[in-house]
Formats: sequence, structure tokens, C-alpha cells
Amino acid sequence: MRRISAIKIKEAVAELAGRANFFLRKDVIIALRKAYAAEKNKRAKAILKAILDNAAYAKKEKLAICQDTGMGIVFAQIGQEVIIRGNLKAAINKGLACGYKRYSLRNSIVKDPLARGKSGFSPCITHTEIVKGNKIKLTLLAKGFGCENKSQLRMFKPTAKAEEIKEFIIEAVKSAGPDACPPYVVGVGIGGTADYAALLAKQSLLRKIQTGPRQTANRFEKDLLMRINKLNIGPMGLGGSNTALAVHVQTYPTHIAGLPVAVNISCHALRSASVVL
Amino acid sequence: MKKINTPLSLNKIRSLKAGEKLLLSGTIYTARDQAHKRLAESIKKGRRLPFELKDAVVYYCGPTQTPKGKVIGSCGPTTSSRMDEFTPLLLAQGLKVMIGKGSRSAEVRDAIKKHRGVYLLTYAGCGALLAKHVKKAVTVAYRDLGPEAILKLEVKDFPLIVALDSNGRSIYAKD
Repeated sequence: MRRISAIKIKEAVAELAGRANFFLRKDVIIALRKAYAAEKNKRAKAILKAILDNAAYAKKEKLAICQDTGMGIVFAQIGQEVIIRGNLKAAINKGLACGYKRYSLRNSIVKDPLARGKSGFSPCITHTEIVKGNKIKLTLLAKGFGCENKSQLRMFKPTAKAEEIKEFIIEAVKSAGPDACPPYVVGVGIGGTADYAALLAKQSLLRKIQTGPRQTANRFEKDLLMRINKLNIGPMGLGGSNTALAVHVQTYPTHIAGLPVAVNISCHALRSASVVL
Repeated sequence: MKKINTPLSLNKIRSLKAGEKLLLSGTIYTARDQAHKRLAESIKKGRRLPFELKDAVVYYCGPTQTPKGKVIGSCGPTTSSRMDEFTPLLLAQGLKVMIGKGSRSAEVRDAIKKHRGVYLLTYAGCGALLAKHVKKAVTVAYRDLGPEAILKLEVKDFPLIVALDSNGRSIYAKD
């Protein structure tokens, strides 16, 4: 067994807060550059340039890429040979609050969703998973709410055709329209249960965007991406051929009576960072 | 690119056309969800507002905390449509210019035309870059709302695109 202290976890989460919010993911930057190079609409091209300039300036000045530094979502994959000394959940929440404060991010979290009231930095959402090994992998996804507000879930009949599912996903992107900061990364979860499909959709945003010649995207994803990019929503919704940078679909076994499908859209500022302890 | 300064005269506002790019300098006020709710309540109760709404420019923005040594943190636009239910009332009280991101409701489009206002877009998801254009930031109201407090900003060459002009024209194809 390997011992890892809660203090170490707290500090690791605090550092992830800075990394995720200041340094745009490399795969996202590469995808944005590719979109910029391919974009023919003049206005869309200028917006993509501003997005890339913004990422460079944020990195240089250690400023948040976007003022909506999100609701923190922490995925903790804990090796079954690890013993945690201290309180894991408290360490993650304290680490997040500490990092958001340290790096002058935004206190966007209200304690009571109905009464609202004064906003603070935490808590975050924590998903723990027990995995093999003697390490802990922590991943922070800083999810802005402009795009989170556009999430959708539908429980399809098990006899539904793939085309109906595709239409639902495309419709979700259409209804997000210009509001959620396109070009998007469209996360899709298919299968499991209602809650699990939503989690799969969110987790799929952590997958590296494939832009190289050896793309792993399957036909389902490729077809969706092509059709979404024909919607002419474009950067800021002002037209262009880049409405989405990628479509990521994650599936899981499901029940004979159902077919849950969830869509979780990310804005172009798809921010996450990981560390292994 | 057209450079404009606050306060914006009625003639100036009427000259702005959907699709046009602008650089704005002068005074703007941040206000988002909770600030709008409070402003609307104050108007309905006939109370005095914390800033002069007449001919004002309102920016739908809630910046991050201000890093040490900086004027403001990251400060990009938030989704404008969440303010739609309050906007016609504010326009009726004299608000002229709004800055945000995304589309607006049919009611807001009609109210903008009726009151000869204008709705502008700025680069969405580019809050770090936009911070460069803010020269001064002072909290003027609702400090308890934290990032949703109303700030008075002095901006220089703030980049904008006209989305809905005073003649009812829209930059969005679907409108």
C-alpha cells in the first residue's frame, strides 16, 4: 500500500486550477489553428485569430482565458493500493478554493441554488473512481456555464435509429447557436442511465482532440462533425465553416428498454489539466 | 474601423449598422443577471438607480478577481439572452447601448428598435485579451454580489461588432 496525504492532494488541485485556467490545452490550440487555417469566412477568421491571441495573452500574463472560470469538476482516479491520510473530499474542495483564490479566478459558486446569495469559490463537483494501481490521477475540468446551460438529455426508445440520435445532437448544437461560444467541442454520452449518460458526455470532453492524419474518430463522430460544420453558425455565431472543433462520443452498455443520450457542449475555451500523484 | 466615444449621441447610435466593426472608448457599466434583477426591482418601485441609466452603455460581464498589479482580471462578455426579460424595461428607462454575446429575443429586438438603442457584440471567450482595453475599474453598486457587482469601466478602443442596430436590422441570419 502507498500512502498519500490529503495535504498533497489539496496542493495538487490548487495548482491544477491555475494550469487549467491560464494555459489552454495543446490539442485545443492545435484544433483552433487548424480551424483558423481552413476558415474562408473573413469575419470568422478574424474571430478565430482573436481566440488564439487571447490564449497566448492569457498564458503570458497569467490571466484567466475566460472570466467564467467555471464550476470546477474534479475527476479523481484512485488506485486501489492507495491509502489516503486525511479527508479526500475536503482536500479537493479546499484545494480548488485555494487555487481559485491564489490565481485570482472567479468566485462563481452560490451555496444555495434557489436562495442564491453571496458567491464563493467552492465546492466543486467531485467524481471518484477506484482504479488499479498505487497512484492517484486528478483531472480538473473548468466548465463555464454559458455552454453548460446548453446541455441536453433525451431518453430514446431502444428501437430508435442512429439518424434520430444524430438529429437530436445536431438540434442541440443548433439551439446553442451563437450563445455558448462556438466553435464547440460537442460531448455526447450514449447508453448507461440518465445520469451516467450525462457523465459520459462530460468525460468525453477530456479526450484529446484528434487533428492529425491518424484520426481515431469513428464514422458516427465524423458524420456529425461534418453536418454540424455545415450549419454555418461559426465563431460567435456569425457564420463560417467552424461551428465545432470535434464531436466526442462515449458509449456504455444500457438496458433493453432504453437508450439514453446526453449532450454536453464545451465552448472553444475547453479547459482541463491533470496530474498524477 | 470606426472609432466611437461615450456618451453616444442619438445621431451616432442611428448611424451604426448591423455587421459594422467598432472601437469604443469611454465609460461603460458592467451588469449581469442579479444586477439586472435588482435594477428592475428598483425601477418598478420607483427607487433611485445606482448609476445614470439614461444614455448609458451596459456591458454583460462579471470579471474574475483582479490580479495584483492589474486594473481588472479577465473580463469577457456573458450570454446576453439571460438578460432579455429585464432589457425592455431598462431600454424604456433610457438605456441605449448593450454589449454582450449571442442572440436576443424578439421582444428585445422590438424594444431596441422602438427606443432607438443598439446591441453590440464583443469577442466571446476572450476575456484576457479584452482586459487590455480596460484602463480603470471602480465598483459603483451591489458590492455584495461579488463578480456580479456593477463596475464603472473606462475603456479604450474596446473591440465591438454591431449585432442589432436602431433600425431593427440584425447580424444574425435567423432573426
